Parts: sequence; structure tokens; C-alpha cells
Amino acid sequence: MFWEKERETMDRKSLENLQVELLRENIDYAYKNVPFYKKKFDEYGITKESIKTIEDIKKLPFTTKIDFRDNYPFGLLARPMKEIVRIHSSSGTTGKPTVVAYTKKDLKTWADLVARIAKAAGVTDEDIVQIAFGYGLFTGGFGLHYGLENIGAAIIPASSGNTKRQVMLMQDYGATVLVCTPSYALYIAEVAKNMGIDPKKDLKLRIGMFGAEPWSEQMRRKIEESLNIKAYDNYGLSEIIGPGVAGECEEQNGMHIAEDHFIAEVIDPETEEPVKPGEYGELVITTLTKEALPVFRYRTRDITKLDYSTCKCGRTSVRMSKPIGRTDDMLIIRGVNVFPSQIEEVLFNIEGVSPHYQIIVDRKGALDTVTILVEANANLFFDEMKKQKQLLDRINDELKTTLGIDVDVKLVEPNSIERSEGKAKRIIDKRKF
Amino acid sequence: MEYEKYKIPQISVFIENKKGRFYNTTRVLKEAGVNIRAMSLADTMDFGILRFVVDKPEKAYESLLENNFIVKLNDVMAVAIKDECGGLSDLLKTISDLDLNIEYMYTFVNNLDKKAVMLFKFEDIDLAIEKLLKAGTELLDKDYFTKI
Repeated sequence: MFWEKERETMDRKSLENLQVELLRENIDYAYKNVPFYKKKFDEYGITKESIKTIEDIKKLPFTTKIDFRDNYPFGLLARPMKEIVRIHSSSGTTGKPTVVAYTKKDLKTWADLVARIAKAAGVTDEDIVQIAFGYGLFTGGFGLHYGLENIGAAIIPASSGNTKRQVMLMQDYGATVLVCTPSYALYIAEVAKNMGIDPKKDLKLRIGMFGAEPWSEQMRRKIEESLNIKAYDNYGLSEIIGPGVAGECEEQNGMHIAEDHFIAEVIDPETEEPVKPGEYGELVITTLTKEALPVFRYRTRDITKLDYSTCKCGRTSVRMSKPIGRTDDMLIIRGVNVFPSQIEEVLFNIEGVSPHYQIIVDRKGALDTVTILVEANANLFFDEMKKQKQLLDRINDELKTTLGIDVDVKLVEPNSIERSEGKAKRIIDKRKF
Repeated sequence: MEYEKYKIPQISVFIENKKGRFYNTTRVLKEAGVNIRAMSLADTMDFGILRFVVDKPEKAYESLLENNFIVKLNDVMAVAIKDECGGLSDLLKTISDLDLNIEYMYTFVNNLDKKAVMLFKFEDIDLAIEKLLKAGTELLDKDYFTKI
């Protein structure tokens, strides 16, 4: 299903022409309205004339989170406060938060982008949608809210937390769509089970729209099984607009990027050069239609790859794979790059492994150690030590094959790993550098 | 099958090496009115396995499950030997001669009938029952543990 079919199925040639045209205008617009970009573009000798083809985007300098911090709070805005109607920001757990703002037109764009990904996932105006993202400064709650309202779905703005109540609302109001982080979806499933609720019989859920943190295909299967739904991934970040930048269609084979609003590139984070087509690298996004906060070549720090092959759904836009991690949560262990998602993938492929795990990185002497805590259950526990050891050895071996380093898997008691109502805390790095 | 009565249900519980975990397990059994007849605690580097033979195995299993313990029910064998010097050694010689593989074993002494009871987990319990009966070893049946 489509929201703006003409835009979503535009042939690639016209799409590229549109991108070039919008990019040229946007350079002009930012130059005139944002002193930061005027200075930067002067420094690099950039004008709208620098852009003739889409490849010319490489001439533009990158924008990073540091630029947001340096211009805190409103230095990057291209419109006066009179025209701003909404402000969101990051949690700012490490220093000053990242602030973003929207004009009325931006909010309209955003609501249309979210409507697109909701339609793509099969949500209709008949659906009852429970939004279990926090409503507040975080873009997830309000972003999904207005987008889903846009398509005419009935919204239960449950916000995050109070999981038993979430389950009750879901059951009593007959929610058909759940919106939250994938880790919270699993937690909700677990709480529902403990409350004696069988999702197949007692709930009407059919679709899940999950985002705001990286998750694996295996995790998707676990969620789909435990809640009896189809689980769709979506992608966004507040610096760009929030959720709605990209989302999966019913084919579930990558997230379609709204290329009539954004230009996506994938670069090698070290060399800053484009990767070969289809290779993993850091996603870089340029906005084309944002009024309040135009952003050029923003370093998302998310590691993904792009797929330009045609999709059965009819959309012509490029698809990004599930991000396998972030450049800044990549762990360097004994010199080897390790993404937590790789560990998750191995664990979930082992029959009976519970979805709750935690990775603890420490340093003993000069050597990094990785301990992976996995919650035990009846499938993982054997009365005979021999069988127990065989299972743990198998998990350790598979992890070693995938990661290239030795890790130590330890079984812990059920429910001993902290549950999250937002983004899961998977890694504890105790090393001191 | 007549061998079935010699299969003694045993409860195994996964416990993390943390303060109070052992106590919590026994507390659940106490509250369920279950009497522990024999037990052993095996420890590994990270976690322990508590094994019990009790008077009401089903009750014990269910109450532990209800309290979110990771628990398994499996069968062991109980062999009675004389509580005197050389009793165990003679039994182990028999087991060794019969070529039976022991996974683990533990013991309890019942002062009432002057018997020592050895609990065995064999790799193949049916084979062990057959061979030990033939060798004239005294096997205890389930009832021995359910009567108080």
C-alpha cells in the first residue's frame, strides 16, 4: 500500500533529476539563511553551480553531531523562531543535547513520511495503533503519532513504561498495531506471557512497527513468533527529521529511503570515500526539503548498506539494510572490530537461547575480555555437566567463528538481566582507557 | 515395565552462584510441604546444580517452576549397601565389572534400617537396572522415598 504513490514509484531518472534540482536550491537556501553553512560553503567554494549531477554531492563538506553541539541550541536553524512550531532534542546523556526544530511545513512533511512507512507496512485507517514510544523530547512518540493519525488510524498514545498496563490496554482496546523499540516489544511479549495472556487468542495485534535501535533478523523472528505479528523495521534520526526517513514494505527486505526528501550515501568512516556498491559503511544523509533545519551530508554513524535492485512492491527507492551497529558502539576487542549485532545473530541462531543477553567487556592485564551473559532456561540447562558443557562450548565456538575472538558465555538466572522499556542496554564496557 | 519402579525421580535446579539462591530453593520446597530425602550440590565456575530426591517429586517440580526456577525432572537409581567398611568399594567394583558409565553419584545414610543408599545417574538407566539386578544388587524402588 502507498501513501504518495506517484512520489514513491517515480522512475529513477526523474528521481535523480529531482534530487539534483532540490539539492541546488537547498544549497542556496542554507547559504542565505544559516551563517554556519555560509561560512562552510565559502571555505569549500560551494555554490549551487557546484552541483551538476548527483555525484557532485561529494564536493560538499560533512556535517556531524559536533556541529550541532557547537551551534547549540538554535545556531543551525534557517527560519526565525516565529516560524518554528516544534522543538525536539536528544536525551543529551553525554553533554549538551542535540536540538532540532520544525516549521509547519516540516511537520507536514514528517507526518507524510511516517504515513508512507506505515502504509508500506500494511497499516490502514481501520487499525488501532498502540504507541509505546516515549512521548516527549524524543522524536519517536510524536513522529509516529502524527504520521499514523495522518492515515486515519485510531491511536492509543500509551507512551512507554508500565508494561502490565500496556498489555491490558492492548487487550481491552484491541490494538492491532504496536509501535515501540524491538527490545521493548520482546519485553511486552514476556510480560504478557507471565500475565497468562496468549497473543494468538487474547490479542488482536497483527503488525509491529519497530525502530530506534538496531536489531537482527533473528530478533525479528522471535518477536513475530512471540506476539503473533509481522514485525517491520523503520529508520530515522532526529537530526534528519526523526522516524520516517526509511521503512520496510511488506517484502521485509530492506528499508525504502524516501529519496525525494533525502539523499543517502554510504561511506567508509575512516577514508570518508564512498564504499563499493552493496558494501557496509556509514550512512550519510542530506535533507532536500527541510525548512527549519537543512542538513548536508550528515554523518549518521549508523553502519548499513544500500540495495538499488528493484523491489517487488513497486517502490523505486533505494533500500538500506538493517543497521548492523553504530560507528560509536563498534567494540574494538583485541584489535578486532566487533558489533553487538553480530553477537546477537549468533545467539539467536542457537535453539532455545533467550532474547535477553548482555555483553560485558573488561580488561585483565593487557588483554580485553568479553563475557556474554545469557539467561538460562529449561532448554539451556542440563542435569548432566557433560551436556551442559557441550552446549556452552558450541555457543563459544560459533561466536569465535563469527567474531574471530574468544568470548566467554555464562548462563545466568532468568530475569536477572535488566529489562528495558526503551533502548536496551546490551553492552557494559568496564575497560578504562 | 517392572524396571520403572526403580527409576527414582530426581529434581535438578539451576542456581547461579549468588547469595541466598540455595536457601530460596529450599524455602520453596518447605512452603510446598516437600521433604528432601537426599540431595547434592554440584558447582561449576559460574553456576551450580542442585539435585534432590524428595517425597513428592511432582509437587516439588511444579512449585519450583511456579517460582521461576529452571528445573528438570530426571531419573536416577538408588542402590542400598551395607553401612559398613568396604560396602561402597564392593558396589563400585560390581559397577566397574559390568562396564556401566556413571555420570554422577551421591549418597545418604538412613539410620532407621542401617543402610547406606547410593544414588546414581547412569548414562543408560535401563541397562544399568538390568545388569545390576542380574548381579544381585539391592535396588530401592520409588516407594522407599515417598514413605516418610
